[in-house]
Amino acid sequence: MSPVYLLVFVLFLVGVFGLLTRRNLVKLIISVAVIEAAVNLFLVLAGYRREGIAPIMTEQHHRAEEFAARAVDPFPQAMVLTSIVIGLSLLALLVGISLRLYHIYGTYDLSEIRKAAREEDR
Amino acid sequence: MTVLLLSLLLFMIIAAVIALYTEELISAVIAAGAVGFGSSAVFLLLRAPDLAITQIVVEVIALVLLIRTTLHLSGRGVGEGPSGPRVRAAGLFCLAVLVSVLFALPRLPRFGEPVMDRIAAAPSGFYLERGLELTGSANLVTAILLDFRAYDTLGEATIIFTAVLGALTLLSRKCLTSCPAGREEEGER
Repeated sequence: MSPVYLLVFVLFLVGVFGLLTRRNLVKLIISVAVIEAAVNLFLVLAGYRREGIAPIMTEQHHRAEEFAARAVDPFPQAMVLTSIVIGLSLLALLVGISLRLYHIYGTYDLSEIRKAAREEDR
Repeated sequence: MTVLLLSLLLFMIIAAVIALYTEELISAVIAAGAVGFGSSAVFLLLRAPDLAITQIVVEVIALVLLIRTTLHLSGRGVGEGPSGPRVRAAGLFCLAVLVSVLFALPRLPRFGEPVMDRIAAAPSGFYLERGLELTGSANLVTAILLDFRAYDTLGEATIIFTAVLGALTLLSRKCLTSCPAGREEEGER
């Protein structure tokens, strides 16, 4: 068992811990980004072949079967590429929501925002 | 190579911990950038050049967006650390998950042996062998992204479009100036 997977899980758990304990909105966004990075890394690691080559055909690879036996798995890479770009749009939306909350309440602190919202309701 | 990979992963973990514990928001944002660029380097090591390039571009844009959140911060913006019992409960939860992961890890395929070798029905082998012939693309990642799985990419474009619309609505100058306390939105509901 390689410690590589273990370290990726630790990175994931650091993100989960931040999501559970932080109260600052920007730090929550950073935690989500860390979780995303860990999941993407895990998927690409699952498709890695030891001493493999990138899944790009060059002039040197005349026979497709030979190439298929040496290249790393291109399928997780394609899906993770989609996931990275979706992660960016998620981050943009979260930043938009945070800036709006900051504009209204003047703080990124979630407990202060909750307190202020409760006082407004009264 | 594995040593390099492990040290890069350690670097990312340390950067993530710093991002969570630093007092200044701008330092937290820069540490988050270190996590992103670290993962880009790891992608390069794992023979995924397309992912490395995309990750760098995405990380630069993400840093610009996150730094925008730290502008015009008055002193009240930075939240202090939360109270004790909550942190302890979250720590215990993460520890429990880590222990169960330790039990699950030996069941995973060994590092360096791709999942596609173990599952005969996995489509990856087909993509690798026939990809060039069927799509004419030498880069098989783009062959999958834009040909074999083009519907996924269409869905991705839809998500990006929706997210951009949402962010534009939230950040439009008209909304930011005309409803300072969020009252008008509540009235419309």
